[in-house]
Parts: sequence; structure tokens; C-alpha cells
Amino acid sequence: MASTSSAKGADIPALVVAALLLIAAALVAYDAKSQTIVSTYGVGPTAMPYVVSAVLGVLGLCHLVVAFREGLPKPEAVDSTAVLWLTGGLIGLIACIGLGGGFIIATAIVFSATARSFGRQALAVDFGIGLVLGLAIFLMFSKLLQLTLPSGPLEKLF
Amino acid sequence: MDTFNALMHGFSVAIEPSKLLFALVGVFLGTAVGVLPGIGPALTVALLLPVTFKLDPAGSLIMFAGIYYGGMYGGSTTAILINAPGESASLATALEGSKMAKAGRGGPALATSAIGSFVAGTIATLGLAFLAPWLVEVAVKFGPWDYFALMILAFVTVSATFGDSPLRGITSLAIGVTLGLIGIDRLTGQARLTFGVPELLDGVEVTTLAVGLFAVGEALYVASKRFRDPEEIVPIKGSLWMTKEDWKRSWAPWLRGTAFGFPIGALPAGGAEVPTFLSYSTEKKLCKYPDEFGKGAIEGVAGPEAANNASAAGTLVPLLTLGLPTSATAAIMLAGFQQYGLNPGPLLFAERPDLVWGLIASLFIANTMLVIINLPLIGLWVRLLAIPQPWLYAGILVFAAMGTLAVKASVVELSMLFVFGFLGFLMRRYDYPVAPMVVGLILGPMAEAQLRRALQISLGDPMILLENPGSAILLGLAFIGLVAPFVMSGLNRFKASED
Repeated sequence: MASTSSAKGADIPALVVAALLLIAAALVAYDAKSQTIVSTYGVGPTAMPYVVSAVLGVLGLCHLVVAFREGLPKPEAVDSTAVLWLTGGLIGLIACIGLGGGFIIATAIVFSATARSFGRQALAVDFGIGLVLGLAIFLMFSKLLQLTLPSGPLEKLF
Repeated sequence: MDTFNALMHGFSVAIEPSKLLFALVGVFLGTAVGVLPGIGPALTVALLLPVTFKLDPAGSLIMFAGIYYGGMYGGSTTAILINAPGESASLATALEGSKMAKAGRGGPALATSAIGSFVAGTIATLGLAFLAPWLVEVAVKFGPWDYFALMILAFVTVSATFGDSPLRGITSLAIGVTLGLIGIDRLTGQARLTFGVPELLDGVEVTTLAVGLFAVGEALYVASKRFRDPEEIVPIKGSLWMTKEDWKRSWAPWLRGTAFGFPIGALPAGGAEVPTFLSYSTEKKLCKYPDEFGKGAIEGVAGPEAANNASAAGTLVPLLTLGLPTSATAAIMLAGFQQYGLNPGPLLFAERPDLVWGLIASLFIANTMLVIINLPLIGLWVRLLAIPQPWLYAGILVFAAMGTLAVKASVVELSMLFVFGFLGFLMRRYDYPVAPMVVGLILGPMAEAQLRRALQISLGDPMILLENPGSAILLGLAFIGLVAPFVMSGLNRFKASED
């Protein structure tokens, strides 16, 4: 843990967290303010959001203080290729489901991209494994548990 | 002798073949996910929530409890053999356990942790069985203001005990509570924080948040620092069995570990880290061979392992009697109760005694199953560690996608999974604990409901919270818990330098 405080300037990550918390506080308060239903007596649906908004605001200010003092712990270096592959796999998953590609193909995309991000260099083989895994899960869900997973061209065959 | 009769009745439920099967599946799954790095009991139960939706509630809950107990057993195997604790609860075990394994004493280390877990689990489950009816009687008298104060206290302890910094813990909790606001207000039907997205009207699913934080976030985090040295499995050499000397040195730490673990788990103080480290340092002080510590002292495995399991059983006390979750797994188990329309608490003991006592009785059975499947089958569990990391995480993410899609098959839900995954990744990088967020999501709406109920009774006068002695004391404790870490930050620094 390298917690040596940088004497000059603020800790950027802590500043970002502070800003995000303050924005969230404002959003929650704005949403509560624009609500239309009011309770007859006791507290209505807006009370808790105002409390939460206040707490978020205080936490944001605390992070602001932290930013100018010790800052957040310094993280380790990132292997950005790995993160990019994983992110790509997840976006592929969302796109595949969104475009009606079905669960099995989506599984194959996630499986192969994740394996690639953890250093395997056999994308085609992993895609095949993913297809088989997806098929097995789909059949278990539809036949055994009677739950439906998103269907695409492949799922309609069964 | 009411408790005894109730427990006996529970056993008659728990030994039904279907319940035994659920328990067996639970302990197998639990041990497996405990052994595997990157996947723990909280994530497993979260993934199983949508799958078990249509199954028998008692059976599913027995399975969840088996997973919880099994995860504690399995975590120690990983901690001892590859010095990579699967859960933070196994950190203390790894200290001495991995040294023992390197010295060729991996067998006895695994044995003392398994038998210690059994002893502690059994004693603590007995504690649960006898404490629960008593607590239920107290809880019957609780008003909504007391429940609200209790939840506030749990908020404070949960965010203070997970992680190093109370500020980051509370921030994580606050994000969870904020997420809990999203959706339709149950009392008035007012939509909150939905920004016109119809999918958000039902609120944020626990499964989606837990899977995003624990599966996607963890995978991103591990992938991002992949270039670090790979972990090595230490092969088990020599006998699995403990010598007479080992037994003599283990039994007292087991009992002391239980004595630390159960009360700390049962109080809404959250976390298994505190009792395991308390147990570790106590054994270090009491040990007759203090110079062995740091080189593989068996006491340093026996004590923390017992503490770890006892605290898991302890966590079930507030969960079952008050409906108050104090760990991530307990929070997700609460969601499991809720998906069947069951609300843990005094009412559940009165209305569904077969279910509650069947669950408690099955914990004894699960514990016995665990010690049996752990000792002779240890070779099987070790082989799990040989699964190549790329396939392991690829599989975890496939199951993550499956769990999310089984809850709600929509692009919005998957996008939330993606966002929570990145949030979990960033939180891990900057050392924010993620467990308080899950607790906040589940406990937040409950706390709000109790507060509003209390204020409806008092016609809007907030002083009702301070006029009732119960809630006043609990809120006072919460306030002390909140302020103390900041006041005593000087003390913390002292603690850190001692290490």
C-alpha cells in the first residue's frame, strides 16, 4: 500500500468520487422534488430520498476532504488488453440478446472473450465450448426447470 | 424443553429424503465454490435464486444454508493449499495453514480445519437453536421504531467492519440504499428514480447487483492484474491424519474460536474477519510454542477456522429471528426468503415452525455431511483447483449472464449487470468494500418501511424514535459506532504499525 500523500495537488480519483456522489445527491433530491404523490400524514415517499440525498452529499464532501489529504489507495497497474477483451465480451452479450441472437450464441461470445482476456489464445475452440455450454444450460432451463431464456435462431430448433 | 421438541420436529422434517438431497447438493456446491477462487457463497446463492424460484421453499432454503456452510469449509482448503484465501474470512487461516502445507503438513492442517469447523459449526448451531426462541420472544415486543433503530445499527456495523476505511464502507452502503430507492414506492405507488425507464419500476434485482459486483467485477479485477505471478498448489504430502499431539493442540483453539465467532456473528456486528483475527492473535499469545507461529503452528489454523464457521452460524441468528442480514450471503438468503413471500422474524417461527426448525435441524445434518465429504474427498476438491483460470472465469461469467437473464430477460437488465460489474471493478481497485452495498439494497427499503410505519403511529412525530428506550439505546449505539472510528483513528494507526 503506497499511501504516501502527494503534497501538491488533489487526489484525482477521490475528487471524481466526490463529484459523482454530489451529482447523485442532487439527482435523488431533484427526483424527490418532482414527485407528485403526497402522503396524507406520517411521511410520504419523498422523505427517505431527501435523507439519502443528504447522506450522499455529506459523503461527497468527506471525499472532497480526503482528496486534499491522504487520497484514495493507489491501485495496481491495469492490463488494459484483458479489460478490453472482457468488456468487449460483455457488450457482445448485450448486443446479441438485444438483436435477438439468442442465449446460446450470447454464451459462446462471453465464454470465448473472457477466456481470451485471461490469456488463452484459442478463440475458435473456446467459442465451440461456449456453444455447447450454452446449449446445455438452455436445455436444462427449458426442459427441467421450465424457465425460458432468450431465444434466437438456434434455440428455435429445440 | 420446548426448544428440544421443536428441534426434534425439525429433524423429522430435515431427514425427509428430498430435504436430505437438497442439503447434499447444497454442501457439495458450497464446498466447490468455496474451493474455487473468484466465486463464493454469496454469488452462488444469488445465481440460484432465479433457478430455485419454482422449487420447494424449505428445500431451497436448506440448500442455501448448505452452500453457506460449505463455502466456509471450502474456503479453508484454498487458503491452506495455495495461500490464496477465497473469502476474507479465510485470511487468518492462510497465514499458518499455507506454512504448514509448505512444510509437508498440509494433511493435518486440512484435518484440523475440517474437524474444527465441524465442532464449531455444531456448537454454534446449538447456540442458534437455543438462542433463537428466546430472541423471538424479545422481538415480538419490538415496535417498528425498534426495528428501524436496529437496522440503522446494522448499517453502521456492516459498513464499519467490512474493509479498512469507515468512510469507504459507508459510501458503499449509501450507494446500495440509493439503489434500493429505485422503483415503485410500496405504500403510495409513487415511482422513484426511474427516469421514465419502465424496466426500473420493479426496482433493482438483488441477483443483478450481487452478480454484477461479485462475478463481473471480480473477473474484471482479476483479469486486470493477470500478469502477476500465478499461484502454486502445494501438493499434500504425508498423512492426512492428525497425530495425538495435533489433537491435543487443536481442541482448545477450536472451542476458543467458537467462543469468539458465535457471539460476534450473532450480534449485528457483521463479518467473519474480526473473530478470525481475534482468534488468531489469542492463539498466538496462548500457544506453548510461540516461535512456531509464522512457521506453521496448528493452533493458528484450528482457532480461526472454528471462529469462521461459528460466526457463519451466528449470522443466522439475527437473520432468522429479526430478518436482519449482517453479511452479503445472509442478505442474499433474505432475498431468497422474500422470493417465496416469507419474512424471517418472530412471525415466521409462529407460522411456519416446520420450515424454520427444519432449516435449523438441517444445519446439523449439513455440518455432518461436510466433515464426511471434506476429509476423504479432499483429493477431489484439490483437483478443482487445477481448472485453468481462463475457463474458470469464462464459466463464471456465463453463469452470471444466465442468472441475470433468468430473472429478467432484457437488455436493460444486462446493461445494469454491466454497469454494476464496472462499479465493482473500480470499487475493488480503490479498496471500497462491496458487501455493504448488497446489504444496503436489501435493508434500505425495509428500514424505510419501518420508519414510515413508526411515524404513522406517532402521527409524524420523529421523537418517537428517542422516546422508546429500546430504539433510543440502539440509535445511541449506532451513533457511537459511527463516530468512534473517526475519533479513534489515532488508535487505528497504532494498530497498523503493530503488524
